[in-house]
Amino acid sequence: MSHVVLENVLQALTAGLLVGSIYALMCVGLGLIFGVMRVINFAQGEFLMLGMYGTLYAYGALSLGRFLGPYAGPIAGALLAGIALYFAGILLHRYLLARVTGMRVAGTEGEGHYPQLILTLGLSLILSNAGLIVFGSTPENIRTPLSASAWEIGPLAGDDVSVFLNKARSVAFLVSIAVAIVLYFFITGTRIGKMLRAAADNPEAATYMGIDVERAHRIAFGLGCAITALAGGLVATYYPFQPYVGLEFVIIMYAGVVLGGMGSIGGAFWGGLTIGLVQQLSTLVLPVQLQNTAIFVVFLLIMMLRPEGLFGRNVERA
Amino acid sequence: MRRPLAGIAAFAAAYLALALLVQNQYYQLMLTLVLVWAIMGVAWNVFSGYCGLVSFGHAAFFGLGAYTVTLLLVKLDVSPWFGIPLGMLVGVAAGVLIGFPTFRLRGVYFALAMLAYPLALLYIFEWLGYQEVSLPMKRESPAAYMQFADQRAYVAIALVLLVAALVASLAIERSRFGLSLAAIKQNEWAAEAAGIDTLAWKLKAIMVSGAIAAAAGGFYAVVLLVVTPLTVFGMLTSAQALIVTLFGGVATVWGPVLGSVILIPLAEVLNAELGDKLPGIQGVVFGAAIVLVVLVAPEGILPKLRSTMKRTLEVAPRAPLAEIAAAPARVRSAGGEVVLRVERLSRSFGGLRAVQDVSFEVRKGEVLGIIGPNGAGKTTLFNLLNGFVPADSGDVLFEGKRLRGLKPSAICALGIARTFQVMRPFPRMKVLDNVVVGAFVAEREDARALEAAREALARVGLSRQADQLAGGLTTVELRLMELARAIASRPKLLLADETLAGLGTREIERLLATLGGLAASGLTIVIIEHTMRAMVRLADRLIVLDHGALLAGGKPEAVTQDPKVIEAYLGKRWVTRAAH
Repeated sequence: MSHVVLENVLQALTAGLLVGSIYALMCVGLGLIFGVMRVINFAQGEFLMLGMYGTLYAYGALSLGRFLGPYAGPIAGALLAGIALYFAGILLHRYLLARVTGMRVAGTEGEGHYPQLILTLGLSLILSNAGLIVFGSTPENIRTPLSASAWEIGPLAGDDVSVFLNKARSVAFLVSIAVAIVLYFFITGTRIGKMLRAAADNPEAATYMGIDVERAHRIAFGLGCAITALAGGLVATYYPFQPYVGLEFVIIMYAGVVLGGMGSIGGAFWGGLTIGLVQQLSTLVLPVQLQNTAIFVVFLLIMMLRPEGLFGRNVERA
Repeated sequence: MRRPLAGIAAFAAAYLALALLVQNQYYQLMLTLVLVWAIMGVAWNVFSGYCGLVSFGHAAFFGLGAYTVTLLLVKLDVSPWFGIPLGMLVGVAAGVLIGFPTFRLRGVYFALAMLAYPLALLYIFEWLGYQEVSLPMKRESPAAYMQFADQRAYVAIALVLLVAALVASLAIERSRFGLSLAAIKQNEWAAEAAGIDTLAWKLKAIMVSGAIAAAAGGFYAVVLLVVTPLTVFGMLTSAQALIVTLFGGVATVWGPVLGSVILIPLAEVLNAELGDKLPGIQGVVFGAAIVLVVLVAPEGILPKLRSTMKRTLEVAPRAPLAEIAAAPARVRSAGGEVVLRVERLSRSFGGLRAVQDVSFEVRKGEVLGIIGPNGAGKTTLFNLLNGFVPADSGDVLFEGKRLRGLKPSAICALGIARTFQVMRPFPRMKVLDNVVVGAFVAEREDARALEAAREALARVGLSRQADQLAGGLTTVELRLMELARAIASRPKLLLADETLAGLGTREIERLLATLGGLAASGLTIVIIEHTMRAMVRLADRLIVLDHGALLAGGKPEAVTQDPKVIEAYLGKRWVTRAAH
């Protein structure tokens, strides 16, 4: 009996880590946009959704599976989707978001943020419903031989305890970690990364130092969209999706970003990982349908008790 | 009040006439839905529109109303005639349960938290097994169960609900309720300091709003005869409430109605015409509408129309400040009994001890000046006195009552008013209304509050500016307006924080005369000021703060000669120089 419990806990923990790392990546996308622009992007879930469909079509139309095999194929698709969404994000920022964001808003709290929140809400409605028109409402998924197979780790601690790692999730996990590491070095080590951090820290001072804050915002928005879309492409390899799927994930992303401390990009990563663990561990005690409710409750509790987040040092109260 | 009421009646009559003419069942249903979303918009507007906290979660109230009506009918055979009022009670209760914890959050954090409630409820109702609940048809006595063959009956019921919601919205807008919410929207801290119990008003607003939204939801269930978690708790429900209101005009009585009348038929017709080919067209329409509004007319189309019509008329000439009589020569007051006793008050921020172990007394009728170099803790002391910041230790007694743990509004109600170093006006309100907000705490009747505000404006000489927007005032006018707002609450003690900062010589004279007049009328004043010369003329007694601690106190002439004080202000070198 205790072996069953142990196995369940281990299984939930590994699942939490695998799923959590992907959540962490999508949270980094949202966290990057918030950290640099101080914009809460309501449409982030829709970029995730577009990343899923982008990966699906790239994988299908370009027959990536045949050329690159079941491991690299979907990853290549997700990368292509991410690149496409980077340019979409750049355009959206230039022609839409830049009109209600920027210097004027980045330094303020309160009322200045509502127009952006409402604009991105509108964007979210347009994208998800246009998605319904274009993609249809039938749930899709990216079927590879990996989706339904697993590696067995074990037997551990006696003969009957072993942990199964879903192959699709495991590959997605490795890619997430790799992308996060690349992004870390990009932000800490490159010129553009420095520009982003300066614009995030103090947009006004950055302007005086000759940094084009508008451009930093544009890049941050594009990059944020791209990263979340890439994460979406990874989710698509193990999770069925439809055009409204963004809403399921947008709360996960908010929860992760708030948990990590709004404004902290590294915090967003750890926050997302924690949310994945919470979600998977909650299945041990709660019915599956209440998984998301558990996340909402955690989300609300964090906001009430520790609005500065658990990991972030960038303390900011609204 | 009479004209807007007539407007509501005329709208209802015209709408009913239209509904009676329409024969097509589908159009009748659309006429009903327009009203449902108008009611929902009014509900959102009563809370978010007026008090400025954006809710992305009004579907919580809508869905609870819908499920209350449905489950009461299905499980207990309770007619919607009773179910809808009961649902409204559930909405009120939900408002309290949601509002109480969530009002701790501000700005975008509040908006995000509100998003989580309906979505959490959505999954809970699915888990409870209410994926799709139909309302049973009652063939025996359909009318007793709000079921009618003639769709137009629903239009009539919806109209009754909408008229009630509009009247409620109007009553709020025209009373201290609405003005208090507007003050909260424009500067919550200033509102609280002026005696507005901000938490209580926000709770009242979300209760009223929850009730109206629940009524809309309950009625929606009756009309559609089937309820699913996604349709009533879904994101689109919250979004639609917000969108019709923002589109029509936020914080206006008619905005939600206008938005609903334009957007709902548009979305429905497109859905009917193109729905099979373009299934999400409704959502696209709503999304596009809101994007357009944010870019073109952020306040909504009704205020936009009004302001374009008005622009030609409004060229109000700047009125000069009214002269006020010079203050009668004031004999220095020795002070009566002690009104305020500060006992060993301390407060730290992290490692910084902003106020440490400060004790002093204020006597009735005196003017006590607090001086000290920048960063000495003067403003923090005021924040402790009026309840903005809780003390780490120590206490304050005002007329024998302990102030510890009281909210700023409660402290204001006891008779302590304050002004701010960095002015906190309600910028989009008229000067008169700014001051009326301050008068509410002293006057139970709105008409008397208005009178008190006019009186206060006259006392500071700002009557000619009464109808200007506070956002357009000069610094000296803003300082005077803050003074008027403070004295409109009939305080016994006035805390004035650097009232002379940023003013020219003549303006300083003007404010000194005003303050002198207030002191001469018997008001006890504690004032923070940098300008020593002004202070010596105004104050009966001075206390000096340095690094958060009390350094010296006494008669102005004595204090200004005190070597310790000179050192704190100017450094050691000046002490020796002053001695020679």
